[in-house]
Amino acid sequence: MRLITHNMLKCHVKNCSDPDKQFPLRFKGTAGAEEVKLEQIEAERNDEFLVRMLPRLEWGALAITAGELNIPLPDKVPSDPAADDGFLQALHTAILEMHVLEGTMFCNGCGHEYKITKGIPNMLLGEHEI
Amino acid sequence: MSRPEHIAPPELFYGEAEAEKYTRNTRIAAIQAEMTLRAVELLNLAEDTPHYLLDIGCGSGLSGEILDEDGHVWAGLDIAPAMLDIAAGKDVEGDLFLHDIGQGMGFRPGTFDGAISISVLQWLCNADKTENRPRYRLQRFFSTLFMALQRGARAVFQFYPENDAQVEMIMGIAMKCGFTGGLVVDYPNSKKARKFYLCLFAGQAAGGHKQELPQGLDGADGAASVAYTQTRIQNPSRGKKPRKPAKNSVEWILHKKELARKRGKEGVPLDSRYTGRKRKPKF
Repeated sequence: MRLITHNMLKCHVKNCSDPDKQFPLRFKGTAGAEEVKLEQIEAERNDEFLVRMLPRLEWGALAITAGELNIPLPDKVPSDPAADDGFLQALHTAILEMHVLEGTMFCNGCGHEYKITKGIPNMLLGEHEI
Repeated sequence: MSRPEHIAPPELFYGEAEAEKYTRNTRIAAIQAEMTLRAVELLNLAEDTPHYLLDIGCGSGLSGEILDEDGHVWAGLDIAPAMLDIAAGKDVEGDLFLHDIGQGMGFRPGTFDGAISISVLQWLCNADKTENRPRYRLQRFFSTLFMALQRGARAVFQFYPENDAQVEMIMGIAMKCGFTGGLVVDYPNSKKARKFYLCLFAGQAAGGHKQELPQGLDGADGAASVAYTQTRIQNPSRGKKPRKPAKNSVEWILHKKELARKRGKEGVPLDSRYTGRKRKPKF
């Protein structure tokens, strides 16, 4: 799972207590810990796509996640991101090339745990959560 | 026509063996590819720009490979772990999720530029478990999908409806959740090649014009690229094997001798490499 998708993901348990805490899903264990495994797979960079996706990303949440996973990310969005090559490259690496292979995400509100194995998060819910 | 959704729930039906079969079968792959291309065409995306798409029921990534080729960034959901394993092994670029879409999706509002789904919706109409209520599941699915799409985005579902009542139920629930749009039928005059695409619009783009439902293909300008034959082609090597060995053959003789031994007959000759062999002609 890449960070671009993680940034779109919130807890989908039906009666998750606090809507403000549903997002972002936090990672268990800090970066470098054994539970979390990352891999970088190179991908083709498309500036137009990155600039278009920028308003859809929640920068605060992305910064939290990147901090948890120890992925380098620029501090803030420059005023003209389309012209800033260094920023775009860093953003591209962070959200489109870094894959989370193993780990556990959990919801801050209800505490539901989503386990990631082989890069595939298990989003199935229990009977009482739907 | 066989209906796999009547046999078992999807996560069990697409076990390892079936997933392998599904992915290796070139005919299934060709049909899937054709339907995916048609679904992407129906999405009506701006050309040559990558979009962020959702593939609902991505399976082993047959449709994802086509999205990759077009340069789109996508996320895929599926309920069958065996299918996802194959997709992960194929190194498709999209993000895969083990997800039951009937439980609703947790994507933030306005995430995706479009959604496609190939041969999935009919699975949602089944009540495989006691807590599964198809209407409720469909409603939860469509309402969370509506949220997850950009305003004016489209969602295209290829599916195999069982009857008119099912189509009515699915479309009724989709409309209740805010979608507009309707059913596009390709090749309506051919029983085999006929395909149903549920083409849904999530509202209107800001300042946009009214969305129009695309026309279905009628096959006048060249039929579907995958040929559909009237009868099923039988592979002779897979036909029924005769159960009994031919009379007077070596197998038949060995079988008879085995039987005689079992019955306790005495003086049954021993088996050797000469058993049942033709003698040389004598002068």
